[in-house]
Amino acid sequence: MEEYMKPQKIKKKFFTPGVIVISVFAAFGLLVLLARFIFGLGAVTHLSNQYPWGIWIGLDVALGVALAAGGFTTAALGHIMHREKFHVIIRPALLTALLGYTFVALSVATDLGRWYYIWHPLIFWNGNSALFEVGMCVMIYMTVLYIEFLPIVCERFIGRVNLPGILRKLNKPIDRLLQVLDKGLDKTMFIFIIAGVVLSCLHQSSLGTLMIIAGPKMHPLWQTPVLPLLFLLSAISVGFPMVIFESIISSKSFGLKPEMDVLTDLARMVGPILFTYLAFKVGDMVIRKTFVYLYEINTTSVMFTIELIVGVVIPLRMFFSPKIVKSPTGVFIASCLVIFGVFMNRLNNFIVAYNPPYSFQPYFPSIGEILVTLGFISLEVLLYRAAVMIFPIITQPSEGALKTKYAIKGVK
Amino acid sequence: MEKQSRRNFLKTTAIATAAITGLTTRKTKAQEQKGFLPDKAMGVLVDTTVCIGCRKCEWACKTAHQMPTPPIEEYDNRDVFKKMRRPDYTSYTVVNEYKNSDPDKFPIDVKVQCMHCDQPACVSACIVGAFSKLENGAVVWDESKCIGCRYCMVACPFQIPAFEFHKAFQPKITKCDFCYTRQSEGKLPACVEVCPVEALTFGKREDLIQVAKEKIRLYPKRYINHIYGEFEVGGTSWMYLASEDFTKLSFPKLQREPAPGVSESIQHGIFAYFIPPVALYALLGGVMWLNKNKKTETEEE
Repeated sequence: MEEYMKPQKIKKKFFTPGVIVISVFAAFGLLVLLARFIFGLGAVTHLSNQYPWGIWIGLDVALGVALAAGGFTTAALGHIMHREKFHVIIRPALLTALLGYTFVALSVATDLGRWYYIWHPLIFWNGNSALFEVGMCVMIYMTVLYIEFLPIVCERFIGRVNLPGILRKLNKPIDRLLQVLDKGLDKTMFIFIIAGVVLSCLHQSSLGTLMIIAGPKMHPLWQTPVLPLLFLLSAISVGFPMVIFESIISSKSFGLKPEMDVLTDLARMVGPILFTYLAFKVGDMVIRKTFVYLYEINTTSVMFTIELIVGVVIPLRMFFSPKIVKSPTGVFIASCLVIFGVFMNRLNNFIVAYNPPYSFQPYFPSIGEILVTLGFISLEVLLYRAAVMIFPIITQPSEGALKTKYAIKGVK
Repeated sequence: MEKQSRRNFLKTTAIATAAITGLTTRKTKAQEQKGFLPDKAMGVLVDTTVCIGCRKCEWACKTAHQMPTPPIEEYDNRDVFKKMRRPDYTSYTVVNEYKNSDPDKFPIDVKVQCMHCDQPACVSACIVGAFSKLENGAVVWDESKCIGCRYCMVACPFQIPAFEFHKAFQPKITKCDFCYTRQSEGKLPACVEVCPVEALTFGKREDLIQVAKEKIRLYPKRYINHIYGEFEVGGTSWMYLASEDFTKLSFPKLQREPAPGVSESIQHGIFAYFIPPVALYALLGGVMWLNKNKKTETEEE
């Protein structure tokens, strides 16, 4: 089995009509980004002294970090729990996390007024600040992710380093370096894998601590001391759905069969996790008696209800259904709903729930802000596509091995 | 039925009282420990019943901070009161005017600036520690550290720190600095010095509270019995007296708990001496090792 099935680079054309559309989005995003760096934040965003944080923090950063949770949840499942079966999804999840965090860092830099001082937290420490904790953890975790990715680079390039022209002299030293790295990492990788999980738990929860300091400025439906726990649980809940979502999309895009036997087992685990999250969320609401705010019908209560019903309760029911869990369409829709739920949750926590005392006009993201967000997502998709074509990430049957259930469509 | 409900009532009251006294004693203790050098902390008492809205304080503030300042005559124009203004990069302090609920009386003018909290949320929130609370009570911002993340603005309960959104390079977080350079030279804050009607009183915070209490005692019809800033978010260096409820004058309604209290205790709980993260690391390491052993055992079988 191992010989037939192994991660390989995908051999397809990079540009398809869909990819071209995405590239256009990416280009628009980059143009607005350029304007932001030339003319300042005020020129392209609707941020103000009352609403200092917009969707670049609420979605690009807070949601981005949550959606990259597939990286640490699959690492925990595959490496720490040693469930070999799930190893096929670890590499795609790792790549997603790597790209996700890279773009989180880019989004932070975009949003910072003095972006060229982004390294300041490394030397000026404030242990009381939740943001400091998030910043440090994200920086270290990003390094860990790149280290975790190194073996894939080694696998791809050892014995195949082939630089052109003058750089040819470097071929041998680089090859030797990769070999040393590969050997060293093989023995020490467990340190980084555990560190990755611990760091993720820390900053996923600290992201929830962020808005607590806003105190009465935050709507009571979301303002609770257990926010760190809720953020951690919601991040863990969205980890596997995100992996399922991407696995199905990329197998569609590359004309492979979805790996349903792995995805079904993965989907079966989502239900209990999601239930735990719901229990804490509802329990908190009951203890703090915040359900009274749901009796009045306004944007806030409607947004809360959508977040909970569409984003948690419905997918929860779906993931507990044995029938849906076995159908690619079923798990895909259920996964989309969970992702939507976390999207709503982060949007609500950072934008909807935030009510400054002197709000002259409510915040709504500008076209520029939306274009940059879409542009970053598009760039991520393009880089993911490029990466699976360069590196061995996605598991597929090797050439000549036709007799597998993962056979490429039409070849059977 | 009635008896039982009364008994229940008594029981709950007893429990509630016990809980409250328990909580308050603990809180005051905590505040005593955390409170910042109350004997050295200076403050300003703003008497909004005295302020005439001449806005000379705005002019003096800009002049003292070398900001672009319109000629002083322009400050006589009262049209600016038509809409509410907030401090921003063009002015660290602004005066707003509110209608008096008694139509025969003059409108109420309220000067707005940083309140210089005793336990400031901005100091706690700032990722690089660019904010600090000085010995004289001033909360100041350090330009050399700031990365422009604007978390201080999210955290501030009074929505005071402002940002230069129009600047692409070296934008500043701007707010009242309590004229700490002037204070270190033995001078008064510029706004206090210029005020022609002595609506602003500068002094030791403790003394100001006594002054305010005395004023309220002597003129109970003139003031409501509330010194805004005495207890709000654990106390602020700037305090206000008014003839009307403060919420009518756009002051946020705040609790006595210091703004950074909850977040800091959560933060320190998660990181208590790094024990929780290290414990989690050890636990995961153990689980990994056990599972690996189990795996090899089953393979050997």
